[in-house]
Amino acid sequence: MAGMTMAKALNAALADAMLDDDRVVVFGEDVGQLGGVFRITDGLAARFGDKRCFDTPLAEAGIVGFAVGLAMSGLRPVVELQFDAFGYPAFEQIASHVAKLRNRTRSALTAPIVIRIPYAGGIGGVEHHCDSSEAYYAHTPGLKVVTPATVADAYSLLRSAIDDPDPVIFLEPKKLYFASAEAQLPARTEPFGRAVVRRPGTDATLVAYGPAVPVALAAAEAAQAEGRDLEVVDVRTIVPFDDSTIAASVRKTGRCVVVHEAQGFAGVGAEIAARVQERCFHSLHAPVLRVAGLDIPYPAPMLEHTHLPSVDRVLDTVARLQWDDQPDERWVTVG
Amino acid sequence: MTTTSRAVRRKSRPAAPPDPARPFLPTTEQIRLLDPAGTPLPAHPDYPAPPVETLVELYRRMVLGRRFDLQATALTKQGRLAVYPSARGQEACQVGAILALRDEDWVFPTYRESMALTARGIDPVEVLTLLRGDWHCGYDPAVRRTAPQCTPLATQCVHAAGLAYGEAYQGRDTVALAFLGDGATSEGDFHEGVNFAAVFKAPVVYFIQNNEYAISVPLSRQTAAPSLAYKGVGYGVPSERVDGNDPAAVLAVLTRAVAHARAGHGPFLVEAHTYRMEPHTNADDAARYRDADEVASWQDRDPVVRLETYLRDRGALDDTTVARVAAQAEEYAAALRERMHDKPTVDPLTLFDHVYAEPTPQLVEQREQVRAELAADQEGAG
Repeated sequence: MAGMTMAKALNAALADAMLDDDRVVVFGEDVGQLGGVFRITDGLAARFGDKRCFDTPLAEAGIVGFAVGLAMSGLRPVVELQFDAFGYPAFEQIASHVAKLRNRTRSALTAPIVIRIPYAGGIGGVEHHCDSSEAYYAHTPGLKVVTPATVADAYSLLRSAIDDPDPVIFLEPKKLYFASAEAQLPARTEPFGRAVVRRPGTDATLVAYGPAVPVALAAAEAAQAEGRDLEVVDVRTIVPFDDSTIAASVRKTGRCVVVHEAQGFAGVGAEIAARVQERCFHSLHAPVLRVAGLDIPYPAPMLEHTHLPSVDRVLDTVARLQWDDQPDERWVTVG
Repeated sequence: MTTTSRAVRRKSRPAAPPDPARPFLPTTEQIRLLDPAGTPLPAHPDYPAPPVETLVELYRRMVLGRRFDLQATALTKQGRLAVYPSARGQEACQVGAILALRDEDWVFPTYRESMALTARGIDPVEVLTLLRGDWHCGYDPAVRRTAPQCTPLATQCVHAAGLAYGEAYQGRDTVALAFLGDGATSEGDFHEGVNFAAVFKAPVVYFIQNNEYAISVPLSRQTAAPSLAYKGVGYGVPSERVDGNDPAAVLAVLTRAVAHARAGHGPFLVEAHTYRMEPHTNADDAARYRDADEVASWQDRDPVVRLETYLRDRGALDDTTVARVAAQAEEYAAALRERMHDKPTVDPLTLFDHVYAEPTPQLVEQREQVRAELAADQEGAG
């Protein structure tokens, strides 16, 4: 279906999950009558009633803690935290309870909760509305961390998340919500734990997820014009992480650049770079490089384009991958 | 002239409407059915005394609970437990709360509720698993309808709201009782939990044991409110304060609170005034923040003695029964001692079993690494 958007696909996934499973309840701030500030829950309260899709008090720890209790009673809560940075008040509930309930109770109690979070930037949002907070969650054992980059994946990964027996942090790239694409719903794509090659190539691998995937694909197109054939791998599920697909790609191409919006220091890209070099050391022709956000608080809207990974920055980084087998002086001379 | 016209205006003002906050306010005095010496007070209009056979059972479980608590403290000295936060002095609250509930109701305990959990009939060894250190929660919370003991403060207040709402949503008349202490009322999750429960009319009883101290910090540093029972009114939650060392009053107030919740009227908040006779844990030095006179003054309000005196005076308890209960308590402690004597066996490979329903490939790799390390250790040892 042409003209499908990620926002509509997510809405359809919620509706279909609610239709298939009475235990699914959707709640959060403004998700009821309004349908969410991004309209992801549009029409759900009208269709399924205000007991299945409802507004809560404005309190994120309350929303997530309430979901823990509902899950203990046998329901399947899907909650929305309105913006990335508004998830921080819920962090204790997420890190100490959602993530650990199974472990603390040796699986007697579990928390099959989906926490949907519109995240990342590129939409001209003011401060506290554009954070890429995936590393906090990925660093917390017990959580699965998922971020779609395509319309079909948005639908399929959200359905998988709701069906999953474990808690899922479902990060929705805001800037991809309303991009229109060709997609047939209901779509079922690859399961959790599988990265996908979005563009095959032979010369280097770009590893990206969420909002960085279109940037990586655009960079690969531009590189083609410069005579370099880049492969693009979409991580899709940061946890569980698919080492094998990514390692197979890098062993084939011999070069790797990780691209993400979040600030680079101690970010998910650092983990990916480490894992790639651990598995692909003898196939690498150059160090694994990263294109990430700058190590700064998310900037004001008029400056965000400098912060965000751009096609040019990706291409510049690809150019540093020792194509002539000469070490790049920028990292040889450091220290 | 001015004075007159003012008086006229005041006179013509319509009568003030009834105070809408009144139904949520606690009584100005703590609810008390027995005085500290165990003498019954005149019957309370809102809180009838519990049946005497229930009070005898309350007494029995309080004696067992106190003996359990002393034994657990002793086990820390023998190195069997890593740490133990005692509830000695709080027996009326710990056991009264349990007797106010049905078996199918849910309890959300904190780390100080070990005594309450044993009063609920949970195996004491399983209760002490957390503090012995072989896992985080020893009992099966789904079977015992008892959440794992919560060590982060007040987070359980929100879980109780969600659980209670979820149960009601699915047509069950379960009540959730969340234990918390005075310190936890300063945490945001207490307020969010009470507010969620109120907005969604979730059948929860929030039971605050105000034992005067959050480790070393006195109540005056937690709140400027006249009592913690005033925390409910801002959320539209009816609240009550009770003498937490009066077992009959604790049970009466909680019984009413539970009935209120079960009837679909939403949450109820109870503050019990009590005192922690022991330090925060065996590792704490309470002499640094409270004096012996204060502790001694609470010794005179001992809840076990109070109930025993009352029941003896009523002829519901005699020397034989008291001796039988004491013997039961000794047996209980001896069996616990015996079972805690041996170190539990732990298996490092189980570390990977309950992180996810299915371990991730990375966890499978790490499990293999640990398995190899263990095998190498064994080879080295052999």
